[in-house]
Amino acid sequence: MTSTPTAVSLENQIDQWRTYLRRRQAIHTVDVAELEDHLREQVAGLTGAGLAADEAFLVAVKRMGNLDTLSREFALEHSERLWKQLVVVPSDAAGAERRTQSEELVAFGLAAVAAVSVKVPELFGLRIERDADIWLRNAMFFVLPPLTVYFVWKRRLHAGVVRWLMAAFVLAAVFANLYTLSADSSNFVLTVLHVPIALWLVVGVAYAGDRWRQVAGRMDFIRFSGELFIYYVLIALGGGVFTGFLVLMFEMIGIKAEFFVQQWLIPSGAAGAVLVASWLVEAKQSVIENMAPVLTRLFTPLFAVLLVAFLVTLLVTGRGVSIERDMLIAFDGLLVMVLALLLYSISARDPQAPAGVVDVMSVVLVVSALLADAVALWAISAPISEFGASPNRVAALGVNAILLVNLGRSAIFYFSFLRGHGAFTAVERWQTQYLPVYAVWAAIVVALFPPLFGYI
Amino acid sequence: MEINKDLIAASSTPIVLAILAEADSYGYAILARVRELSAGGIEWTDGMLYPVLHRLERLGYVEARWELAESGRRRKYYSITVQGSAQLVEERRQWQAVDATLRSIWQAFADPVTTGGSVSAAPLMQPAR
Repeated sequence: MTSTPTAVSLENQIDQWRTYLRRRQAIHTVDVAELEDHLREQVAGLTGAGLAADEAFLVAVKRMGNLDTLSREFALEHSERLWKQLVVVPSDAAGAERRTQSEELVAFGLAAVAAVSVKVPELFGLRIERDADIWLRNAMFFVLPPLTVYFVWKRRLHAGVVRWLMAAFVLAAVFANLYTLSADSSNFVLTVLHVPIALWLVVGVAYAGDRWRQVAGRMDFIRFSGELFIYYVLIALGGGVFTGFLVLMFEMIGIKAEFFVQQWLIPSGAAGAVLVASWLVEAKQSVIENMAPVLTRLFTPLFAVLLVAFLVTLLVTGRGVSIERDMLIAFDGLLVMVLALLLYSISARDPQAPAGVVDVMSVVLVVSALLADAVALWAISAPISEFGASPNRVAALGVNAILLVNLGRSAIFYFSFLRGHGAFTAVERWQTQYLPVYAVWAAIVVALFPPLFGYI
Repeated sequence: MEINKDLIAASSTPIVLAILAEADSYGYAILARVRELSAGGIEWTDGMLYPVLHRLERLGYVEARWELAESGRRRKYYSITVQGSAQLVEERRQWQAVDATLRSIWQAFADPVTTGGSVSAAPLMQPAR
């Protein structure tokens, strides 16, 4: 029962061929099995006729036809597959199907964990309507640890990395709850807003795994974040409709469902949906074109036109900008929007492609955003020095500074790329290197602002 | 023999349905039967048969089932449905009409040929004979 070398190499060749076939989205696993049966039969027939195994394999593959043409035929016959395929078959052959199934189980299991954990504090006598601030402070700790576990499982991360991730979560939990802050204080709002930003980096480390040090790994994390956001919004919309019907239908038979909706459905659903959305993004990636870049394509020109129109109007009418101090946060929002547009147009771009119209659009967008922000900063510089520092103002200014540095530097890289001096990868590398800055700033806001500003 | 793509596409439905009307079969055997029936005259690219089979399955003309072949591998067998049999009758009617028309016109070509010298149309009659 010794397997001869030729038999082994034939199996290897068939393995390779199968792997190659599986990468075709239009050809499903069952079709591959059908085609493989054909190939084996053909090989058997040819070797029976006196051909050597490797010759027979070559002839059989050739008779099967050009794979591009074949997968095109399959795509024509099964055009829905390019759209509907919810679960991707990974291109590595063995055990792939089992892995896909267990991934579903793990993802939905963790979603259930997140959904249930939202209710755990109630076991300790807390009530969501009375102690909402506790939930707000800790909202991320119901969701992000299960999400991190999902990636730790999926990427098979080392124990060393896992220890660091755990330490980060514990540290964050301590600082999120360390200070006594009243629910309407600035520092409380800032904490609630900044804990997710800081922790998202931890998720990123788990997501990228061994590739966290590489530009490509971080870029994938950026892509993942954008897609997750879109999927989450879609799920939330669906959930809203579902909730509406639920309330309506039970009202018809005289039962008030609001209590169940507010106490269970919305909090638990919102937590579990993060896991489900993440799983969907993971499963769907590369199956259909990602949504974030598509939206970016649509909105980059629109935002560029808006900003240019704003600046031109400002110049022509000579209107002074009357900006309230708190309006700085609006400009922060604008810069975040511009950064997102820039990031997602970068993420979908082929780094080797030459500069095109989209790139010019991006530069116009970034530069006009910088100018608009400069106007805003100039307009509020006086009020700030007059009224002194408050946590909100310092936080808004800090974010503004961070985004200004990022966008300014991006604009410089982009310019030299457009003029043919630099490679596009410089923009990409700059963006990915910058990721930890957001998290560090968020951590500073959470950990240091309350003591610095007297817990207001 | 090289047969153009459109003709292959058009003729594949009646050929496959007719072969399945003889007996249930699977991809490799269907191709072997085509080769045998055409005496090597028709050579399909092997892979292309499968999208055709899947189309016929979608249209409800054939049904597929997985069985364990004697080789121990799982194999997908196809069998013709009632609807497929009806379609085969219809296809046959149409192809006979086309065939009859072509025969008549070849005949018209052939008559002067048999009396006067060589015309290149003559070898084309071969499959019809």
